[in-house]
Amino acid sequence: MSFFKKKGSCHEAPTVANDGARKVALVGNPNVGKSVLFNALTGAYVTVSNYPGTSVEVARGNAVIDGEHFEVIDTPGMYSILPITEEERVAREILLNERPNLVIHVLDARNLERMLPMTLQLIEAELPVVLVVNIMDEAARMGLSIDIPLLSRRLGIPVIGAATAKKVGLPEIRAAIRASVGGATPPFGYSRLMEGDIAAISTRLKGDYLLSKKSLALLLLQGDGEVADLVRSTEGEGAVDVEEGVKDKRFERRESFHLDLSMERKGIVKGILDGAFTAPEKRVVTLAERIARWTVRPATGVPLLLIVLYFGLYKFVGEFGAGTLVDVLETKGFKELFNPWITGVVKHFVPWVVIQELFIGEYGVITLGIRYAVGIILPIVATFFLFFSVLEDSGYFPRLALLVDRLFKTMGLTGRAVIPMVLGFGCDTMATMVTRTLETVRERVIATLLLALAIPCSAQLGVILALLSKSPGALLVWSVCLILIFLLVGLLAAKVLPGETPMFYMEIPPMRLPQLSNVLTKTYTRMQWYFIEILPLFIIASVLLWLGKITNFFETMVTWMSPVMASLGLPKQTAVAFIFGFFRRDYGAAGLYDLQTQGLLNPRQLTVAAVTLTLFIPCVAQFLIMKRERGWNVAISIGVFVSVFAFGSGWLLNRFLLMTAIL
Amino acid sequence: MKLTEKAEEILEALWIESEEKGKGFAELDRMEFEASDPAYHELAAQAFIEIKGGRLYFRPEGREEGRKTIRRHRLAERLMMDVLNIRGENGDMKACQFEHLLNEGVDAKVCTMLNHPATCPHGKPIPPGECCEEARKSGDLGVVPLTELKSGEDGDIAYIQTEDSKKMQKLMAMGVLPGNRIFLLQAFPSYIFRVGFSEFAIDSAMAREIFVRR
Repeated sequence: MSFFKKKGSCHEAPTVANDGARKVALVGNPNVGKSVLFNALTGAYVTVSNYPGTSVEVARGNAVIDGEHFEVIDTPGMYSILPITEEERVAREILLNERPNLVIHVLDARNLERMLPMTLQLIEAELPVVLVVNIMDEAARMGLSIDIPLLSRRLGIPVIGAATAKKVGLPEIRAAIRASVGGATPPFGYSRLMEGDIAAISTRLKGDYLLSKKSLALLLLQGDGEVADLVRSTEGEGAVDVEEGVKDKRFERRESFHLDLSMERKGIVKGILDGAFTAPEKRVVTLAERIARWTVRPATGVPLLLIVLYFGLYKFVGEFGAGTLVDVLETKGFKELFNPWITGVVKHFVPWVVIQELFIGEYGVITLGIRYAVGIILPIVATFFLFFSVLEDSGYFPRLALLVDRLFKTMGLTGRAVIPMVLGFGCDTMATMVTRTLETVRERVIATLLLALAIPCSAQLGVILALLSKSPGALLVWSVCLILIFLLVGLLAAKVLPGETPMFYMEIPPMRLPQLSNVLTKTYTRMQWYFIEILPLFIIASVLLWLGKITNFFETMVTWMSPVMASLGLPKQTAVAFIFGFFRRDYGAAGLYDLQTQGLLNPRQLTVAAVTLTLFIPCVAQFLIMKRERGWNVAISIGVFVSVFAFGSGWLLNRFLLMTAIL
Repeated sequence: MKLTEKAEEILEALWIESEEKGKGFAELDRMEFEASDPAYHELAAQAFIEIKGGRLYFRPEGREEGRKTIRRHRLAERLMMDVLNIRGENGDMKACQFEHLLNEGVDAKVCTMLNHPATCPHGKPIPPGECCEEARKSGDLGVVPLTELKSGEDGDIAYIQTEDSKKMQKLMAMGVLPGNRIFLLQAFPSYIFRVGFSEFAIDSAMAREIFVRR
């Protein structure tokens, strides 16, 4: 409940007319195009992707049709009105409590047979339902034909064929929203035995409910705790009678109630689709399907992954983003043009040197904070998010998930964790937020730990790659160290943390060519989020650094940390980089960059410093998100562990390198 | 005439010594029961065994009887473990009691239900019965978990066997329903299958719980 409330509040945009506007709820399986339809109806934007279960939150928007206002609610994907996961619970909450004037069930034409049982459940609940059979274009390409009018007659509700991504069917959907329908009595029924059992419960229900009594009876028989609570509070004294009845029937049919019900629904769907849905004798195998096959076979999938990483991450994000773009923005834009100009302006208007320093000094808000944020981080993060969005929309991630599931299992994670892990290479803070989509608390903690420790974010990665690229041996040692630590800590975490790894299952969406507009909007929203969250931190960090400098706090800190640095075999100036690193890891890496250009570090020291810094405390923003998502205890434990582990590994690596003298 | 439980156990022990270890006999003083036990007389009286010079030997009818007895014992073990989920020592003990009920055709029924297993939970061979031979001849491969299918093969979903009802519901919502056709597209590193026009990936733990008729 609290989950839903929290979500709801942050989406109550002022543009949504709540006063008496009719409510339209979009429901359906994951990945059938609800969000696309929502965007088309409201003109608002929710992230659309080709990854099942992307909309964890409820989005609300305002649609105007023929001058009338409607409130449109986009719900997370649900497979059935009996919820299993948190997302499904959130979606059902809306059906149960919000009294939508219209429920639009969106489903995938190709999977009509599999998804229709939910339509049956909605009709049975006597909700005002309109069925949108979406993705008709791809279905037609596969040679499927669907008789929409016949379907509508048999279901007793309006049915619309659509391809919302291509804007087909939108006028009909708008008209249906405008016309609005009432709940109808379902034109289908179950076996006499099942109907008898349902009646035994539904006749005992005396209260007033939003869902039909038949539907409630079925949910009670399936052991739905939320509905049981609702009935208990509504029925008052009669609740005992209902509960008795439910208990008896549940016991009577304990063997296979769920299965019997599913089988009966399957039978009904078969009857409805008879003659209304025809598939070609031979399956049409499209080119996209053939490519999709290659991505999931280990023999071709692993090389393909390496190619994707090489071109996407190394070439595009690394060389183009962190190289060419940074060069243009930071060196040419800031250092040569903007900084000298702003320095002149500030010096002209502000006579005090101390205040001048705050803005344009070595750690100035503008010359350091803004320059880092806009000149270095922006191009790297932008290219990364672009790369990520393209992959996401192509449908590659679910395939990557199944490819790495076995490996991730050894670390107490399932393939599902691949999304936060890959996203971590962009921004660990954002990735830590995304870990909430993982199934169990245990998985979330392990993923959070690994993100904090061993996954360098794109900004950091960019700087470190630039730093180490001059000595290939150092780059190799650094990569090997991080991969080993990632696996080792994952393995240990899985051993130490109690609990079981959940099973892995995932719907694999078809591979699609990403749509440019969609990719761009998505990249843009992610960047926007990044800037709103991150830019203030850059500025605060600059201010703190400035304070540290004028109060000589830094010098003291550097002195304190010198013994630690010495034990790692590093010059004491590196302490500055580590202090920077606490504010942002990439800041720290950039600090190293300065040291290296001054010629203060040899390859061994550089490698040790880079490894330690990569492992070292996540940036302040990530730490705050860790606290928000996992609570103080976990956040602080991870923080302490990561710090100790980082310096411990640095020390060991230094010993090892000294002994073997490989660098 | 039905043998006593003790007599059946003697036959089993003799089968292991004489047939499986290939000795052709069993030492009387190394048997579980005293040489004076009436069960030996019972077996000798029915011409199942012979006792010569402190050694037990099968007679032809006895060998056949021993074969059937050991088969019943190991089927009982399988039943305990696979279906009733009673494992370890307790399972062995229960199997010892249960095996004596598996005669007069009950063994064939149990064997068919278990899809004619070839080994007991300890890996020892279960001698095939007539039912196994018939099944092999008719080419009826019976119901196997999805993990037994090769990629590219398909079958009809027979049933889902899971103790977790949430998982069951999830599978059913995914279209894994008895009677639906399932195509296995790939078995490594994860199982990828198609039902209808959708594809799904699951891990081997889940694949083991989906049973398919080929």
